[in-house]
Amino acid sequence: MYSLNAVSLDINQGQIFGLLGPNGAGKTTLISLLCGLIKPTSGHFSIDDLNYSNHASKIKKIIGVVPQEYALYPTLTARENLHYFGSMYGLKGNHLKDKVIETLDLLGLLKFADKRIDTFSGGMKRRVNLIAGILHNPKVLFLDEPTVGVDVHSKNAIIDYLKFLNQNGTTIIYTSHHLAEAEDFCTNIAILDQGQIYAKGTPKALIDGTENARNLEDVFISLTGKELRDDV
Amino acid sequence: MYKIWMSVVKEFLLLKRDLGGLIILFIMPLVLVITVTLIQDSAFKTISDNKIPILLVDNDNGSVSKSVFENLEKSNLFSVITQIDNKPITEEVAKEAVYKGKFQLAIIIPKNLSIDLQTKIDQNVQNIVSKMGLTETDTSAQAEKPKVIKEKEVKLYFDPAVQMSFKNAVMSSIDKMISQIETKSIYTTFQNQLGEGNVQFEQKSFITFKEIIPRINNKDVLPNSVQHNVPAWTLFAIFFIVIPLSINIVKEKSQGTFVRLLTNPVSNLIVIIGKTITYSIICMIQFYMMVAVAIFLFPHIGLPPLNIEGHLFLMSIVALFSGFAAIGFGILLGTVATTQEQSAPFGATSVLILAAIGGVWVPVFAMPKIMQYIAKSSPMNWGLEAFYDVLLRNVSFVEIIPKISLLFLFFIITTSIALFYDKKKRTV
Repeated sequence: MYSLNAVSLDINQGQIFGLLGPNGAGKTTLISLLCGLIKPTSGHFSIDDLNYSNHASKIKKIIGVVPQEYALYPTLTARENLHYFGSMYGLKGNHLKDKVIETLDLLGLLKFADKRIDTFSGGMKRRVNLIAGILHNPKVLFLDEPTVGVDVHSKNAIIDYLKFLNQNGTTIIYTSHHLAEAEDFCTNIAILDQGQIYAKGTPKALIDGTENARNLEDVFISLTGKELRDDV
Repeated sequence: MYKIWMSVVKEFLLLKRDLGGLIILFIMPLVLVITVTLIQDSAFKTISDNKIPILLVDNDNGSVSKSVFENLEKSNLFSVITQIDNKPITEEVAKEAVYKGKFQLAIIIPKNLSIDLQTKIDQNVQNIVSKMGLTETDTSAQAEKPKVIKEKEVKLYFDPAVQMSFKNAVMSSIDKMISQIETKSIYTTFQNQLGEGNVQFEQKSFITFKEIIPRINNKDVLPNSVQHNVPAWTLFAIFFIVIPLSINIVKEKSQGTFVRLLTNPVSNLIVIIGKTITYSIICMIQFYMMVAVAIFLFPHIGLPPLNIEGHLFLMSIVALFSGFAAIGFGILLGTVATTQEQSAPFGATSVLILAAIGGVWVPVFAMPKIMQYIAKSSPMNWGLEAFYDVLLRNVSFVEIIPKISLLFLFFIITTSIALFYDKKKRTV
């Protein structure tokens, strides 16, 4: 069941925008809409001044998506996976080969380039999953829980690389349950619950604007309550 | 084009890394075609080591039972057993042995069959000859009344497990045998009554039949089990591509790669074209492997070789279009199914059903009327008929166009439904 109501958001170029919310809040639905995975029944959105309903194909060329699942072929090697997904963005030849080598190296995976994905640890898979979404240097990068279930070293490598991408002009939109990570990483945040935006702003502004809040977690609890949000 | 090429490369890499899948794709169809053709061929053969043992209980001990025994032995289909453990078989023993499946058939010749048959024929012939005034008629009141002869029954016991077609074939040949014995006896009796040994009746059949075998390139084309079975089971194997293909698509969905592809600037159509090309190549490799086995291996295992003289090109076209139909079905199944547990059993069962209605096991003409209509809607029937047209009926390309067009149309319709279904499903 997908449900988003009256969500209105402006995300500026160069931001690292965090979409935070409890389970079932609508974060993944919102990301799926923005990536073109599902179509809205009403409303509209545009990326880089391109309306999705008219320019889906153009938008897909300038966005990168890193889904929550590993979304890789387990029996193919890291290099084979990346060559394939890179080619789907129109990359080819030496440019593609060099880009794969460069990013694998940056994320510490070059020596495992020719190993099958099903032999990789969770952290290694997460890093390959990330590379598959950024080979074409997207203007906007969507990440759905990019650090879930990974070790500290892999998490740091991923966050550092995302910061590097952002410094080079990529706008990042990401969802996470790690509030401390989001507080440190994001330039802007929206807290989403029950399909609606409850608050948005910089992490500092949100903390300062909430009574007795010392960190983003306090803001989050204050806005969404302490009730368990199990969702099936 | 580059995206399609890379999709094909990816599909082949995935297959290369899946040993089990490769065995299913290439080895199992070969095992299937060899096994089925061997079994079917033995059913066609009448070689001595292939005779079916049957029991004959002779309560008659006369000329008729002797004739039945000789005819059965001569038929080359049966080896007749009249004794078990050096003792003559009784009806009870025969019945039990057959019902327990030790033998498939027992024939019980009733007591006095020869004597009673001859008496009955004598009476009938005497009656006719008298009415024609050819012999003196005894008009005295003391004339002996003709003895009443009851009809005789030859009993047949069949193993309950034997198939109806086998039963019908056996009953028909025994019926024919008995009719011939009866006719021969009638002729002989007439001859004795009329000719006093001088008149000879021609007892040879006046009407005979001869099968006219089609000739292609001045050579007789004698259909055999291989010519029938190889196209049928090759088609069956080609359709089994539905299972690995649907599993491949379900896996793409479950491991998330399908979601990633949807976010890439590549249409679902490109992904499907990539899969279609890959699996079409696999279908053709399967086809050529099976044809090669039928041509080169079959003669070494006691089977006649497949004769494809001048037909390989048209057969390849039929195989390709059959492959398209199977791929379309696999794409649709993989798109609709959400788990491998749904797609694999459904794929296997539906291929079996399509084969059954398509005439792979039982010829369509032998099916009930309603099933014949249904058969006409089975892609496997279109493929099978196209193969038979090429291989056995020696038709030209133009004549197979309607059938291969139907196969291609099936591919287009199933693929379009899959694309439409996927698009609909993703709309909130």
